[in-house]
Amino acid sequence: MMKKGLAAFLAALLGFAVIVGIATFLLRREYHAPYRAPAAVTQETPRAQGIADEKAEVEKRDKEKPYQEVEYRQFPKIGSRVAVWIAAQLHLLFAAFVLAVPLFALAIEFIGYRTKDRRYDRLAHEFTKLLSVSFSLTATFGAMLTFGLIILYPKFTTYLVSVFSPTFLPYVGLFFFEAFFLYTYYYGWGKFSPRVHLALGLGLNVVGTGIMLIANAWLTFMTSPSGISEKGALISTWDAVRNYTWMPINVHRIIANVAFGGSVAAAYAAFKFLGAKTDEERAHYDWMGYIGNFVAICAFLPLPFAGYYLAKEIYAYSQTLGLTMMGGAFSWLFIIQAVLIGNLFLAANYYLWLGMGRISGAEQFQKYIKYLLILVATCFAVWATPRSIISTVSEVRAMGGSAHPALQFLGVMSAKNTAVNILILTTFLSFLLYRRSGKTPTVSWAKAGNRAQLAIFLVAATIVISLGILGYFVEARVRIGFSIPQVLSVLFTMVSVTVIDVFLYRNATKTGEVRWGQIAPISQYVLIFIAVTFTWLMGLMGYVRSGLRQHWHVYGVIRDTSVDAFTPTLGFATRIVSVCVLLFFLLISFVFWLASLTGKKDWEPRPEKAAETERPGLEPVGAAE
Amino acid sequence: MMPIVWWVALLLLAVQFALWKLRAGTFLWTLASWFSIYLFLHFGFTVPVPQSVISLYLGITTLATVAYVTSDRERLRNFTAPLVRLCIEPGRRPVLYGVAVLLPALAAFGTWRSMNVPLEAPAFGRTIHPAPPDSITVHDKPFNLITLENPYRKLEKSDPAAFARHLANGKRVFYQNCVYCHGDAMRGDGMYAHGLNPIPTNFAEGGTLALLQESFLFWRVSKGGPGLPEEGGPWDTAMPAWESFLTEDEMWDVILFLYDYTDQRPRAREVKE
Repeated sequence: MMKKGLAAFLAALLGFAVIVGIATFLLRREYHAPYRAPAAVTQETPRAQGIADEKAEVEKRDKEKPYQEVEYRQFPKIGSRVAVWIAAQLHLLFAAFVLAVPLFALAIEFIGYRTKDRRYDRLAHEFTKLLSVSFSLTATFGAMLTFGLIILYPKFTTYLVSVFSPTFLPYVGLFFFEAFFLYTYYYGWGKFSPRVHLALGLGLNVVGTGIMLIANAWLTFMTSPSGISEKGALISTWDAVRNYTWMPINVHRIIANVAFGGSVAAAYAAFKFLGAKTDEERAHYDWMGYIGNFVAICAFLPLPFAGYYLAKEIYAYSQTLGLTMMGGAFSWLFIIQAVLIGNLFLAANYYLWLGMGRISGAEQFQKYIKYLLILVATCFAVWATPRSIISTVSEVRAMGGSAHPALQFLGVMSAKNTAVNILILTTFLSFLLYRRSGKTPTVSWAKAGNRAQLAIFLVAATIVISLGILGYFVEARVRIGFSIPQVLSVLFTMVSVTVIDVFLYRNATKTGEVRWGQIAPISQYVLIFIAVTFTWLMGLMGYVRSGLRQHWHVYGVIRDTSVDAFTPTLGFATRIVSVCVLLFFLLISFVFWLASLTGKKDWEPRPEKAAETERPGLEPVGAAE
Repeated sequence: MMPIVWWVALLLLAVQFALWKLRAGTFLWTLASWFSIYLFLHFGFTVPVPQSVISLYLGITTLATVAYVTSDRERLRNFTAPLVRLCIEPGRRPVLYGVAVLLPALAAFGTWRSMNVPLEAPAFGRTIHPAPPDSITVHDKPFNLITLENPYRKLEKSDPAAFARHLANGKRVFYQNCVYCHGDAMRGDGMYAHGLNPIPTNFAEGGTLALLQESFLFWRVSKGGPGLPEEGGPWDTAMPAWESFLTEDEMWDVILFLYDYTDQRPRAREVKE
């Protein structure tokens, strides 16, 4: 004890000595003006008079200064646009996560309630562990975005308030209810009857969706304004809400949120799997990752159709916006989008094929993987083929233009639609093979059922490919119409084949169990890759949707006259999106870490410290009583 | 004589067939497939495929190959077995040394090859169809491009004779003014085309005119390169602003002729609900 006290005394002494030394060193080098004795009477020099007059003039001007409304303010260093961009992107990513997780957590909890399988209940609870901190971060970034808009874009914000002020109170009310439902849903886990708890989850989802619908109205109005006069004056708030792109964005966002939320939850499971100490933990997190990924891929499959619907509505609203998006400045981003989506499909299939490794009896399907892979890679290549190719001058001359004479046919909508539909069918087929692994059907009509499924697949593929080829020979309006039977045939295949499969494999004999946890570790990196790719894709496509307006805050109504009234280069935009993705994953890693603390043991003092505190002399006053 | 591209395709198929017959292992088969695709992309097309697309396709092929090899433990073992044998069996030392020399030599050759290219203008992503403005003014007359239609398109059904006269006028306008760059078959290969960079678009293929509304063509013909919007550049075209030389009717007529000659239909307007 004495030794410690002496050491502290010496350290303090040394600290003071260092401070004195530094101060002396600095003071010696400081300039000191020579001392002059003050004059008995202050002499007013012309210079001093001039300075005094100037000061008085400034004071007078300041007092007479009229109030002027500021149009823009500048954010230091990175500029206002980038500041608002990052705040909005992070708010959106966390909001999407907070809206998506309750959707499938509720579904999983419901499955657990119906099947009485506690594993599902535990899984749903595990998913919701990620919610409370994410909710706080969503609100924090929402506040940053709101303040950012008010401070940096005051005039534009005032205009939006003039149109949407009636929606603000319901928004705040819903936000309050969301907090109520979210915390009671999470903290009330196991504390209420299952039905009450499910009702709380339902309330959380309804309120969350309501919040998203209102916020979507604000941002879609900026792209496709309606409900206002030609001069921008409000005529009807309801018409402003249900503008041209509102419903397509609502549909697209709900589906995309589920895909994104599922993938991030799967990445959490992968994170836990890779750090797991026991086989039991590995098995649980392998299963959780599988479910998260299953949710993500199920939502991902119809997502291209929702995107197509949105793009079609943008075209219908304004040909200019449509051309800017698909044929103009932003068209190159769709090539990046195609590469990312192709990677997602490849990764989703790859994960399923790796998953077959944990099922004994799956070996019989390994021979099909090469053909599935050829289909996936071919469709990926078709989807990523640009019509106007990046080429050198000599390559352009050789091709006779910017389109290649042979490959140009892969660069148009007919080819893209066909490729994405076949990709979806192939991914579904991969899932079907995975589902069948380790099982043998026992029903008498097994052969006929298999043949029926094969026939449905072949008919759907024929419809998709035939309409794709026919699309080259008809005008654009008819070609766009072809996408509907293509999509319907794929959806019909997925539903009908699943129904047949469920009955086909009812009471099937098991040739091998699923060995959860015994999957190659690379599969967990695939799950993380899928989550990162989804996030990057969301940022990139969000930029396209927002950047479409170019030099307009509200398209055709409020012109952007700030220093940022230009479309940034694609390289700059992708860098900002990448920074947002990095920031999101840093923050979500923090959320993962916080969520993982809940399972840990409480802190306890070390044994020697505990012994120290147990000495009677240190007991708090009154403890003995 | 069969074109060389067919010979390439046939030879590659023959290699695949031979590998199948010889029951080649996973390692050899995977490598051979990757190289077959590489060779096909380089030599399998009459018009060479630009390097950017080759890189894209080979990237996808590499990803797919890695996914195939690593998606099953047994397959991965089969793939790596020859490599493991090469590294550990003393009898294969000469081959191992050969590979150790060959790989850096290939890298050096690749570097030398990529540096040894003729100097030319850098590649850039040019936007072919810039978004039109909502309205333009031609000959002091305002036009709303969102709703603008070719005034003579309806004559096609209502008065075929008058429509034919407009087509004939469009033909005259084209061959007096446009043919020098766009070519007599509208393939973008007119006599002056070789002096232009980029060369004019090929209208004869179905991916240009058929994707555009006639109002878009009216904007492009009347305003040309100087009338391209500033946002979202770089734009690059030598097209003059024809409003300085042609009347409004002449511009509509030449647009009719473009579609008629190439046997294409203009993109129909989306109907707002």
